[in-house]
Amino acid sequence: MAAENSSSINMSAQKAISAVSPLTLRIIAECPVTKARACDLILPHCAVSTPVFMPVGTQGTMKGITVDQLEGLGCQICLGNTYHLGMRPGPDLIDKANGLHGFMNWKRNLLTDSGGFQMVSLVELSEVTEEGVKFKSPYDGKEILLTPEKSIGIQNSLGSDIMMQLDDVVSSTVTGPRVEEAMHRSIRWLDRCIAANKKPDKQNLFAIIQGGLNSELRKTCLDEMTKRDVPGFAIGGLSGGEEKDDFWRMVTLSTDHLPREKPRYLMGVGYAVDLVVCVALGCDMFDCVFPTRTARFGSALVPWGAIQLRSKQYAKDFQPIDPDCDCPTCKRHSRAYLHALFKSDTAAMHHVTIHNIAYQLTLMLSVRRSIVEGRFPEFIQTFMKQMFPSRDQYPSWAVDALASVNITLE
Amino acid sequence: MAAGRMKLELFRVVQGTGRLGVLTGLGRTGQHSLEVPGCLLYSHCGTVPHLTQDTLHTLSTLPSVTQITLSNIAEHQEVLEAFKDGFKKFSGLHDTVLYCSLHDPATSFPTGHTTYKTVSVWGSGGRIELTVEKFMDLQKTIQPDWYQSMADGETWQTNTSRKRVRKSVDRTLAHLDECLLLHQKSQELEGVEIFGVVEGGDIQEERVRSARETAKRPVAGFCLDGLQTGSMDKALRTQLISAVTKELPDDKPRLLQGVGQPDEVLACVEAGVDLFESFFPFQVTERGCALCFSFDISPDPERAGRAPPAVLELHKETDAAGETQQNGDHIIDDQTQMTSFEINLKDKRYQDDFRPLVEGCGCYCCKNHQRAYLHHLLVTNELLAGVLLMIHNTAHYHGFFGALRGALANDKLDLLKRRVLGERDEQIKTKL
Ligand SMILES: [Zn+2]
Ligand SMILES: [Zn+2]
Ligand SMILES: [Zn+2]
Repeated sequence: MAAENSSSINMSAQKAISAVSPLTLRIIAECPVTKARACDLILPHCAVSTPVFMPVGTQGTMKGITVDQLEGLGCQICLGNTYHLGMRPGPDLIDKANGLHGFMNWKRNLLTDSGGFQMVSLVELSEVTEEGVKFKSPYDGKEILLTPEKSIGIQNSLGSDIMMQLDDVVSSTVTGPRVEEAMHRSIRWLDRCIAANKKPDKQNLFAIIQGGLNSELRKTCLDEMTKRDVPGFAIGGLSGGEEKDDFWRMVTLSTDHLPREKPRYLMGVGYAVDLVVCVALGCDMFDCVFPTRTARFGSALVPWGAIQLRSKQYAKDFQPIDPDCDCPTCKRHSRAYLHALFKSDTAAMHHVTIHNIAYQLTLMLSVRRSIVEGRFPEFIQTFMKQMFPSRDQYPSWAVDALASVNITLE
Repeated sequence: MAAGRMKLELFRVVQGTGRLGVLTGLGRTGQHSLEVPGCLLYSHCGTVPHLTQDTLHTLSTLPSVTQITLSNIAEHQEVLEAFKDGFKKFSGLHDTVLYCSLHDPATSFPTGHTTYKTVSVWGSGGRIELTVEKFMDLQKTIQPDWYQSMADGETWQTNTSRKRVRKSVDRTLAHLDECLLLHQKSQELEGVEIFGVVEGGDIQEERVRSARETAKRPVAGFCLDGLQTGSMDKALRTQLISAVTKELPDDKPRLLQGVGQPDEVLACVEAGVDLFESFFPFQVTERGCALCFSFDISPDPERAGRAPPAVLELHKETDAAGETQQNGDHIIDDQTQMTSFEINLKDKRYQDDFRPLVEGCGCYCCKNHQRAYLHHLLVTNELLAGVLLMIHNTAHYHGFFGALRGALANDKLDLLKRRVLGERDEQIKTKL
């Protein structure tokens, strides 16, 4: 396995030199115990410190907070959704507005998905053929065909720093020949996406590893995709309701076979425990709607889990959400005030959204610092102790996953 | 009554054209001031709707006084009692003067719940009935710098009988006397100012009686109640306000409740009003609109084009305005109805309009975003739409008040009126 790894490194390294992709990954530190690493990911709009959590701004806006506020929180890269933005306002208008950066006036990096995932999960009657994904527009009922070429075309209009290939998405709970078909099709679509990218010098295209929960299929997909000259890889088809035991095994299998010098993006993962474990398994980038979505329901993320600010027990709780948090919300407002404000104004949601993004970004910064300072294993121990009241509440999958990278939880 | 520090210095009083001055000695330590004519900062529970402190403070000039309402706060009395340090600290408002009024000027509420001894406010959990004792207990826990006395203002429906109007004046005076009595006995409220409330519906004699009687009491200023937009004809309102302000002492401020449209503000300033509530920009924001009326009267020709007439377009929506007024026995305007001072950004015409909301506007929204983006945020129901519109509308509205004071100082009120109203009338004419 080790030999195999190093040979793949050499091969990819050569490809990386020949490629002119607008992405540079500098590995700053690697954890001597786990597979964790801290890198500087240089993208067209600014450098990104990894491991990184990327907040999701589906419609070209971050849930009620301004781009200045997002920048103020230290966010270096966020997501936009190709499916939504392709529908409204549409690629032509975005083109006129100088891309999504210009349209939303965001000065830092953007990552856009391919639109395929949303289509399969949001639109009931979608049909996948070799050509692409066919679906009925929820806005005007018109039949639309999203091909790999079209997805890249829209993403070229959006002008994102990182684009995702269109992949054939199958729910992670599906088994059988459909999974294999989807995996092979995703490889063919990757080639079509690479060929369709009109701005390879400005926009990076990431491949998405598929293969469901089947190790053999994942491995085949990894072998094939890593032969392609892409600037980065995503691990897809997970975090869709599968068993956590299957989830982490697929993640670690993928990172074992991905080239060391390219970024690894684990799609759709954002719970604090998942983030810390998957960093240990070697992932660099993460995204999830959860922290911002849950904020709007009054759920504030804290090192010991979450607190439901709308619950009566906080009506007279005059502490900040997290006394150790440095975010603008915690610096000024108490749980009791936010509890009261939830009854009067949407600004309450904005306060919690700000806090939750700050929580996610701060968590990743602390992870990074501990990796750089060579104390990531200790960080994990402390983190788990804070998150769970006792050892026997540690989720067994996390215990196993960490054990696989030489961490025995105390 | 312990003499408060609030003091109104008038620079100019021109009969029939308004009063220009500054209200000083505001706040417990008296270090704040507010220029008049001016307006208060509208809030929900101490928060300007949609805005956090960061987004609020992108606005360069904010009024020093924030208005809170018992309809938001009454339900939190127990919490505030447990907190002990007053509402300002509770809500994280460190450097503002706090004014507490009874009702939220932006929301209408059911009538028929006031009694001889009580008034009701509506919070998130429903109706809360307030006796004078409960009302004053609330003030003690809120610890505002200044508050509106308890009042029975239920005279704004049409066909309110003369008897009911008289009753409202009598009850409101009785409430004021009781409030003053409890206020004077209360240590917590030392240095806090109280505003008496002038009622009287649409009956001039009752308005005058209410004003005279209230003026005899040791109040710091006056709230003019029951004159809100939609409650009566604009000309009648101006006439009643003129009659009332004649009875009121010159050296105390007059705050008009429930009126916020620029044309109405101008007319009421001429009738002697000093202060307004700024709920109007909030209402404009809630209907997805942006204020765009021109108020620039500077001679500089470059700046005169600040709000190009091109943006003052009347929309089909306003044409239907007449219909809502005949609804039942209410003559309340549908306050969700768009006015000619704003543009509706949901309109398809803004889909690919890459101009700022108002050319030359220095607000965060106009400096950073375009109409097309706001249009997108509105059609996709994104929360940022409310944030950005509230920033712009607040900036624009307070800018208008600045221009109003400038016009009074330079004898240019007529020019300002032509700028604000004239262009609008022209627009209406071309539309017809
Ligand atoms: Zn915080
Ligand atoms: Zn909002
Ligand atoms: Zn503006």
